[in-house]
Amino acid sequence: MTATGELAAIDFVPAPKAGPRAIRLGLVGGAVAVFVSVNGMVEAFSGRLLLGSLALGEALLLSVPLLIGYLAGRPEPVLEGFTARRPGWRNVLAGLVAGLASGVTLALFVVLVASFDIRGVFLNATPELVRDGPRILTFGLELGAGLGLLLGLYVALGGAGGVLQVLPGRFRRAVLTALGWVAGLALMQPAVAQVLRGIQQELRIWTAPLTDFLYDASGALSVPGIATIAAAAFCLQLLASRQHRKPVRTRLEQLPDRSRRILRVAILAAVLLLLGLLPQVIGPFLSEVLNIAGIFLLMALGLNIVVGFAGLLDLGYVAFFAVGAYTTALLTSPQSSVGVGWVFWLAVPFVILAAAVSGLMVGTPVLRMRGDYLAIVTLGFGEIARLLFISDWLKPWFGGAQGIIQVGDISLGPVQIRTPEAFFYVLFVFVLLAAYATYALQDSRIGRAWMAMREDEAVAEAMGVNIVTAKLSAFIVGAVLAGFGGALFATKIGSVFPHSFNVIVSITVLVVIIVGGMASVPGVVLGTLVLVGLPELLREFEEYRFLIYGALLIFMMLKRPEGFIPSGRRAEELHEQEVAQDEWLVAGAPETGATDADRDEPN
Amino acid sequence: MARTNLVPPGPVVGKRAFQLPIVDGFLWLVRIAAIALILVGATRSIASARLSGQQWRDLVVFGIAQGSVYALVALGYTMVYGVLRFINFAHGEVFMIGAMTGYFVTDGLARTALWEAAPFLSLFIALICCMTVSALVALLLERVAYRPLRGAPRLIPFITAIGASFFLQYTMASLFGTSVKSYPEVEVLTGSFTLLGFRVLRVHLLVIVAALVIMAGLYLYVEKTKAGKAMRAVSEDQETAKLMGINVDRTIARVFGVGGAMAGAAGLLFGLVFQNVFFLSGFLPGIKAFTAAVLGGIGNIPGAAVGGLTLGMVESMGPSLVLVGLGIPAAHQLKDVVAFVTLVLVLIFRPTGILGERVSEDRG
Amino acid sequence: MGTRRYQFVACLVGALALVGAACAPEEQKAAEFTPGPLGAVTVEPGAPIKIGLIQAISGDTASLGQDQVRAVEIAIEDKGGNLLEQHPIRTQVEDDLCKAEGGTTAGQKLAADPQIVAVVGSSCSGAAVPAMEILSGKGIVMISGSNTSPRLTSDLRGKQGDAYKLGYLRTAHNDIIQGLAAANFAFQKLGAKRAATIHDGDPYTEGLANAFGSSFKELGGTISLATAISKGDTDMRPVLTEVAASKPDVVFFPIFQPEADFIVKQAKGFPLLADTKKLFGADGLLSDTFIVIGQTEGMYFSGPATPTGATYQELVAKYEKKFGEKPIQAFHAHAYDAVNMIFAAIEKSAVKESNGTVHIDRQKLIDAMHATKDYQGLTGTLTCDKFGDCADAKIDVVQNTPTEKTIDQVRGNVLFTFDPPETG
Repeated sequence: MTATGELAAIDFVPAPKAGPRAIRLGLVGGAVAVFVSVNGMVEAFSGRLLLGSLALGEALLLSVPLLIGYLAGRPEPVLEGFTARRPGWRNVLAGLVAGLASGVTLALFVVLVASFDIRGVFLNATPELVRDGPRILTFGLELGAGLGLLLGLYVALGGAGGVLQVLPGRFRRAVLTALGWVAGLALMQPAVAQVLRGIQQELRIWTAPLTDFLYDASGALSVPGIATIAAAAFCLQLLASRQHRKPVRTRLEQLPDRSRRILRVAILAAVLLLLGLLPQVIGPFLSEVLNIAGIFLLMALGLNIVVGFAGLLDLGYVAFFAVGAYTTALLTSPQSSVGVGWVFWLAVPFVILAAAVSGLMVGTPVLRMRGDYLAIVTLGFGEIARLLFISDWLKPWFGGAQGIIQVGDISLGPVQIRTPEAFFYVLFVFVLLAAYATYALQDSRIGRAWMAMREDEAVAEAMGVNIVTAKLSAFIVGAVLAGFGGALFATKIGSVFPHSFNVIVSITVLVVIIVGGMASVPGVVLGTLVLVGLPELLREFEEYRFLIYGALLIFMMLKRPEGFIPSGRRAEELHEQEVAQDEWLVAGAPETGATDADRDEPN
Repeated sequence: MARTNLVPPGPVVGKRAFQLPIVDGFLWLVRIAAIALILVGATRSIASARLSGQQWRDLVVFGIAQGSVYALVALGYTMVYGVLRFINFAHGEVFMIGAMTGYFVTDGLARTALWEAAPFLSLFIALICCMTVSALVALLLERVAYRPLRGAPRLIPFITAIGASFFLQYTMASLFGTSVKSYPEVEVLTGSFTLLGFRVLRVHLLVIVAALVIMAGLYLYVEKTKAGKAMRAVSEDQETAKLMGINVDRTIARVFGVGGAMAGAAGLLFGLVFQNVFFLSGFLPGIKAFTAAVLGGIGNIPGAAVGGLTLGMVESMGPSLVLVGLGIPAAHQLKDVVAFVTLVLVLIFRPTGILGERVSEDRG
Repeated sequence: MGTRRYQFVACLVGALALVGAACAPEEQKAAEFTPGPLGAVTVEPGAPIKIGLIQAISGDTASLGQDQVRAVEIAIEDKGGNLLEQHPIRTQVEDDLCKAEGGTTAGQKLAADPQIVAVVGSSCSGAAVPAMEILSGKGIVMISGSNTSPRLTSDLRGKQGDAYKLGYLRTAHNDIIQGLAAANFAFQKLGAKRAATIHDGDPYTEGLANAFGSSFKELGGTISLATAISKGDTDMRPVLTEVAASKPDVVFFPIFQPEADFIVKQAKGFPLLADTKKLFGADGLLSDTFIVIGQTEGMYFSGPATPTGATYQELVAKYEKKFGEKPIQAFHAHAYDAVNMIFAAIEKSAVKESNGTVHIDRQKLIDAMHATKDYQGLTGTLTCDKFGDCADAKIDVVQNTPTEKTIDQVRGNVLFTFDPPETG
C-alpha cells in the first residue's frame, strides 16, 4: 500500500488509495456482520443446515468477508483513456485487509457481548451468541480461541474474495456462477426436491434419487452434491463464455427463414407443453405459489398499462382488486347480501362493469392532477375502498369485518376447479389474455396516445391526443385487469375479507413492475415470479423477510434501475445519461459527482 | 407567505383537461353533493345536541394537537419534495425512529434524579437526541439510497424509498423487538387548564407551542440564512445554482438533515402525547403527513402547517360532525375516509392544494 | 423400447428403495386394510406420524401462534415423542399470517403431503375458513385451539355455521359464550344498564363486540353506542368524546394492543370515563405489557378461564424451562388439549399390522374425534358436539387491582366465572 503513491505518479493514474478504501469497505462489512448478529438473524438461521453441516446462519456470517474481500479487491475505476493496472497481489492484499477490518469489528462486538449484557436494549443479542449453548459467534469455542478462529476465517475469506479479482474474467465469472448455483440450490431445497420427485411421478424419468444424492436428510446440500453442482456450473459457464463462440441470436439470424419459422413453432409448442405439464410436476403447493404469483401478475399487467404506458402513478390500485373480489363474492356466494349464488362465469361481466365504473370514479376527479398529487389521491382511494368494505356502515352489504364466505368455485362444464393445479390453467388463460391485450394496446392508437401523454402531456395534447379519453381509458383498462385478479383471488380463497386489501398490495404491484422492468411484459412476468413467488418459497426467513426485501429493493434499484428486463425504449432513456457522462469523462473534466436532473421523466 | 414556496411558478396544468362537458358536469355534481352532505350532516349533528358545546370545543383542541404533529412530519416531505420533486416515502420511518429514540432516552432519564428535578431540561435533552438521531438517519438514507439515483426517473428513488421504509421498520423490529414501548409519565405534562373556554391538556399545549416554535425557526432558517437561500436556489434550478457556486450535494443533504430533525422532534412529541411507540408507528402518520403536505400544497412550508392542521381538524371533527349527523354507525372507523375524501375534494376545488402555487412538473 | 422399460423399472425400484414411504404405492396392503371413503394414511414401520400446524407465527399476531406451537412441542415430549409405540411424532409448522390467503397457502402445503394425519390450527378464524375447506376436502381432521368465531361451528342453538366443514373441531370457546359471559357480568354483577362497545375491524373483535351487544340487549340493557376504530389509530380522544357523550355505565372494547393502550391512557382525560372500573377488555389484552399501564388498574377483562390444577402447573413449568419465558398467550393449554385429543383419537382408530405398519382411516379418525366425551384435559372436561365445539367453555372475568403485579396474578383475581347452561 505504501508503494501505491509512487506507482501512481509513474502511471499517471490518480492515486487509488486502495488501503483506505479496503479498510472502509471492511468496516462496512463488519457493521453488516454485527448487524445480522445483533438482530438475531445469525441465531435464527443457525438451525437450518445449508451446506453439509454449515448452517444458514453461519453461512450468512461467513459470506460477509468473502463479499467484502471481493469488493475491496476490485480494481480501481479508471478514466477512459488511461491504462488499467494489471490485477495482482494488491487485489489480494486489499481483500485481506478488508477481511481483517470486518473481523476486528465483529470481534469487538463479540467481546462486548461477552462482557456486558446488552439484552435490555437489543432484544436479540442473546447469550447463545457468545456465552451459553451453541456459542454461534465463537464457533462453540472458548472466547480466546473462538476469536482467533473468527479473525482467521475472516482474513482468509477476505483474501479469497480478493483472489477472485486476480482470476481472468472468464474464470471469475465461472466461479461466481458456481457459488450462485450452490447457494441457490441449497436455499431452494424444498422446491427442488418437490420438482425432482414430481418429474419422476409424472414423466417417469428417474430423477428422485438425484434428490437424495444432492441433499442430506436434514435438507442441506450434501458434500458430493456441492461438488457436483459447483463443478457443473463452473464448466457450463466456462463453455458458454468461450470467446470464439457466436451469440445464439446471431446464429439464429443466420438460419434460413423456413428453419427459423419451424424453430419458433417448435419452441412455442415445447413451452406450451411444459406449461401444461408444469402444475402436475410441481405439485399442489408450488402450483399454489404460482397461482398467487399469477394473480399478482394479472394486477401487475394492469398497473403496467396505467403506470408504464400512460405514466399515471397509481398507489391505490388495490381498490380495483377489492372491487373485483367483492363483486365476485357478492354474486357467487349464496351467503352474501345479494345471495343469488351464480356460477363464476355469470359474475364475470359484472366484475368488468364494476371495475370499469370504479375506474371511472377514481379517474374522473384526478384528471387534472399529475405526478405526486395523483399518487397520494389514488392511495387515498385505495384506503377509502378498504375502509368502506370493512365498515359497520356497509356491513349489511359487504359483511364488514366478517367478510363474505362460500364464494363459488369456477366450473368448466361439469368440472369444478378446486385444486391449485386445475386453477393454474384457468389463471394461465387469463394471464395470456392480459398479456395479449397489453401487446395489442401497446401498438394501437390509444397505446401511442398513452405513451405520448406519458412523455409530455402538453405536447401530446397539442398533437391532438384527447387527454381525457386517454387517461380514463387507461384507468378503466387497468381497473378491469385488477378486477379479474380480484375475481380469481376471491374464488381461489373461497372467501373475501377486507384485510386482504391493504396498501401493501398496491405497493407490491408497483414494485413488481418497476423492478421487473416498466412497460415490458417479460419484465413484469419475471418481476412477479421473483418478488411474489420467491418470498413464498423462502419461508424460512419469516420475520426477516421484509428486512431482506427492503435491502434488496434498494440494492436492485441502485444497481439496475431499468429493471430485470427493461423495455427497449426505457433502457435507452436510462443509459442516455451514462453515455453523456462517459463523453464528459473523456473530455477530462476534473470534478466528479455531476448530476443531470433535467433528464427526469415526467410521470 | 407565498415567497416561501420551494416550488417555483410554472405553466398552468389545470383547465385544459376540461374538454368534455360530462366530466365537468360530473365534477360540479360531486362538489355540490359534497357541500350538501356536509351541511346536512353538520346541521343535524349540532341540532341533535348529542355533544355539548364543551365537547365540540374539546374536539377542536384535539384536532389542533394532532394536526401539529402531522404538520411537523409534513415539513420533511414538503422540503424534500420542493428540492428534489420526489416523495421520500421512508420519512415516516425517520419519524418513528425519532419516537423510538425518545423512548430510550426518556426511559433512561426517568430512572435518574434529573427527571423529577428538572423535567423540562430532561425533555430538552430528549428533544436534542431525537432530532440528532433522526437527522443522522435521514442523512444516511440520502447518502446511500437517494444520492446515487439523482437524475434517474422519479419512480426509481421512490422504489428505493419504499425499500428503505421496509428496511428501517424491520431493522427496528429485529433490534428492539416488536412489542409496544411505553413512554414514562411526565408529571408536569399531566392535567389540563382552561383557556378562553377551551379545555387544553398540558401536553397538547406543549405540542402546539413546540410545533409553532420549530416551524417559525424553520421559516426563518429558509428565509434568512445563507443555507436557506441555497436551498431555495437549488429548488429553483439545480444547474444554475451550481453555476452560482452552490454546493448542490451539500445543500440537498442539508435539506434531508433538517427534515429529519423536524421528524425527530415530531416523533418525541408524538411519544409524549400518545405515550406509545412501536416499529410500525411511523407508517400511518407518514402517509397522513404526506397527505397533509399535499393538502396544503406540496413544496410549500406554510402549506405543510396549514395542511397538517386542516387534516387534524378534519379527522377529529369530521366523523362526529358530519358522519354521525348523516346517521352512519361506527363513524370513527371511517375517520381516514373523511380525511382522504377531504383531500380529493380540496384538490378538485384547488388542484394545487390550499396554499399551493401552480406546481410545475416540467422540470425536476 | 428396452431402455424405456428399464427406466421404468429402475424408477419403481429406486422409488421404493430410496424414497420409502413417500412414493410407496398403497395398493400393496389393500388386501388386509380397506380405506374408508375419505382414504387413509399408511405409516410404514418406524416411519413418523406427521401432524401439521397452521399457526400465525409472524407479524403482529405472532405470539398467538407461537404460544400454541410451543404447547404442541411440549405435548409431544410428554407423549415421549412416539405414538403407537414406535412411530415418532413429527410436526410441520405453516404460517397462516392470521389471514385468509395465508390459511389457503398453509392449507395447500399441508394438504399436498399425503402423510399428514391431522392439523392443529389455525390461530385466527379468518385463516380457518379457507384452510378448513381445503383440509376437509382431503379428509384431514383439523382442530383449533384459538378459533372462536361462531360461523366456524354453530351458533350453539343447533344452527350450523356457514363456514363449517366436516372434520373441523376446536377446543377454544365459541365467541357467543364469551359475549354472554361478559354481558352477564356487566349487567348483573356491575349493575350496568348502558354499555358502549368499541371494536377495531378485526373479525375477532367485531364478532365479540357484537356478541356482547346482543347478549346485553337480551338481558335488558341498552347499547348506548356501538362504535369502532381502525387499526393504527392513535388519537382516540375524538371517539372517546362520542363514547362519553353516550353516557355508558361500562365500555366493552375487546381489542388488542397498541390501540387499547391509547384508549385507556386517553380515557383518563374524560370525567365520565376516568373511573377505570368502567373499562372492560377481553383476553387479547391480558398481557404483561398491557397491565403495567397505570390506567388499567381497576379494569375488568373477560377471557377463557385459566386452567388450574397440578397438571397445568406442570405444563407451565415445562414451558418456562424450555422457552425461557412464561406462556405468552391464553391458548397454549387449548392447543395442548387439542393435540392430545388427536393422539387419543389416533390410538383409538388406528389399525396395526403385525409388522408394525399402521393404517389410520381418515373417516374413522374424524368420528373418533367427534366421539370425544368427558375427556379430561387441562382446560376442563371436553365433550365435542356435532359441529365440532369441544370446549369446556368456562369464561372468567378478572380485575386488575393494585395488588396484582403480574399477568398471572391478574388472571388469578377471578371475580366471576361463567359456566354456560347446556344448550342444544
